[in-house]
Amino acid sequence: MGHLGKALLVVAAFGLAACNNPDRFGAGGAGGPGGPGGMGGIDSSGLGGPNDPQSVAYFQQTLGDRVFFAVDQSTLSDAARGTLSGQAQWLNSNTQYAIIVEGHADEQGTREYNLALGARRASAAQNFLISQGIAPNRVRTVSYGKERPVEVCSTEECYSRNRRAVTVLSAGAGS
Amino acid sequence: MTLMKALRPLLIAALALFGATAPAFTQSGPLRIEITEGVIEPLPFAVPDFVAENGAAADHARNIARVVAADLAGTGLFREIPSSAHISRVSSFDAPVAYGDWRAINAQALITGAVSASGDRIVVKFRLFDIFSGQQMGEGLQFAGTPQSWRRMAHKVADAVYSRITGEGGYFDSRVVFVSEAGPKNARQKRLAVMDYDGANVQYLTDSSSIVLAPRFSPTGDRILYTSYVSGFPRIYVMDVASVQSRALDEQPGTMTFAPRFGPDGRMVVFSLEQGGNTDIYMLDTSSGSRSRLTNSPAIETAPSFSPDGRQIVFESDRSGTQQLYIMPAGGGEPRRISNGAGRYGTPVWSPRGDLIAFTKQHQGRFHIGVMRSDGSEERLLTSSFLDEGPTWAPNGRVIMFTRETAGEGGQPALFSVDISGRNLRRVTTEGSASDPAWSPLLP
Repeated sequence: MGHLGKALLVVAAFGLAACNNPDRFGAGGAGGPGGPGGMGGIDSSGLGGPNDPQSVAYFQQTLGDRVFFAVDQSTLSDAARGTLSGQAQWLNSNTQYAIIVEGHADEQGTREYNLALGARRASAAQNFLISQGIAPNRVRTVSYGKERPVEVCSTEECYSRNRRAVTVLSAGAGS
Repeated sequence: MTLMKALRPLLIAALALFGATAPAFTQSGPLRIEITEGVIEPLPFAVPDFVAENGAAADHARNIARVVAADLAGTGLFREIPSSAHISRVSSFDAPVAYGDWRAINAQALITGAVSASGDRIVVKFRLFDIFSGQQMGEGLQFAGTPQSWRRMAHKVADAVYSRITGEGGYFDSRVVFVSEAGPKNARQKRLAVMDYDGANVQYLTDSSSIVLAPRFSPTGDRILYTSYVSGFPRIYVMDVASVQSRALDEQPGTMTFAPRFGPDGRMVVFSLEQGGNTDIYMLDTSSGSRSRLTNSPAIETAPSFSPDGRQIVFESDRSGTQQLYIMPAGGGEPRRISNGAGRYGTPVWSPRGDLIAFTKQHQGRFHIGVMRSDGSEERLLTSSFLDEGPTWAPNGRVIMFTRETAGEGGQPALFSVDISGRNLRRVTTEGSASDPAWSPLLP
């Protein structure tokens, strides 16, 4: 089973309601449909909620699994670096996980360009995580371009949340 | 005066917008093609139901005439005179044409036809008449095929009529591969589909379990390149149209490949490959499997498209800081920038005629489909909307199809076409939402 299959299993195990599409690993979590409000019952699994520092929910919601970008940019803001530093610390103490960083763009761009832009964003986040001590073989990237927005309105309020890189946990570090 | 001459001013009008070296305006005359305040008066024509030469051909005789009429009227260059206005009835394919009756209703072109059916074969014949000169225009033609291919035979009749009257190649007997879309914007399901250019005969080529993007026909229409997330990562696949079987084009772990296009020989494929966040353009020889890198810069280089002679490649790059169009030799080498207006330019596609490059332009929050000459001159924007993108050329280089997506939560993409003069903007009929059209060559 490849990384993605494992990622899907992890996602499925934590019951993220919005993640039933295999093309869409990082849609859940804070801010997205199926975010905190849509995760009822998860805590009862005994795997830990957002207050349990070892839990996936903590990673996704408390630390934040995503960082945001300016229009047509892939430079990490100070806020993004802060979020990624937190992710890196967590990953350094929860070494059982590998990660896939998804890069996304808003809809204001052509399809091919946005695929390449999403790759730039994912790569920027990946490089920062590696600089914080994450082994390169734990991190892969994928770009969804403008194919998987989490917000559906056509205003800057939505666009700003769609221009993102999402760190998705998967089982099997370094495999 | 022939129909050709009658329509020529109209074509010259289109060409003049580009400052093309069009033949001199010949004459105006009784056919009264007029340009009034920029609006061209379409040429009136009549297509009576084709004559059914036996009972089994009755449905096809009527339906084929309707498709011929729809093809011609759909160009915006012709206007059908409805059968309710016809004085003459055509009851025999070989009966003399009652020119006076057609002149009386101002029909300038008349298309008559006949269909016979026997077993698994139908035969379609047609003739074209120039009513005001009182002459048949060209020889009659006959097509034979299976009953299932009746629409193709209708398109072939319409292509022949269009070619005789305009002097241009036709484009009706062609197909379009596209992405059929369903579901909400944040969970869009996509699958590959192919249809006749007018939206008929839809066939789905993949299921919607993986995202698929931007299919492209080979020069003979036998294969389709596309990008799929079936592996979890965007990769290029090539599908054999006849067997609907796909295989990965070029597996390079740790990379993303996308934006493929065939060269005119059907053997070379140009595409984008992303590695470590940087996207460059590569070429793959599908016969030998050898791969070469054509660009090498930290910029995003994507959307490559061959010139029809295979010698050059137009592509987009943001090496200047914003998306712009460049042309380089097909073997790689120093590119020259051709887009120079305000705004961002992407998705360039070389016309099959070689004269123009179509592109997507973003400027001041709007998207446009436009065309320019390959030296970047004479840029013209043909459309404007919230989101227009991804032009593809009709086989004759006279019409462009593209994706138009509407804004907001309920936003949906649809296919539109427009002619290169910017006239005749039309929505292409599809069952549901659709994007990323790519036109096939004219079918054999």
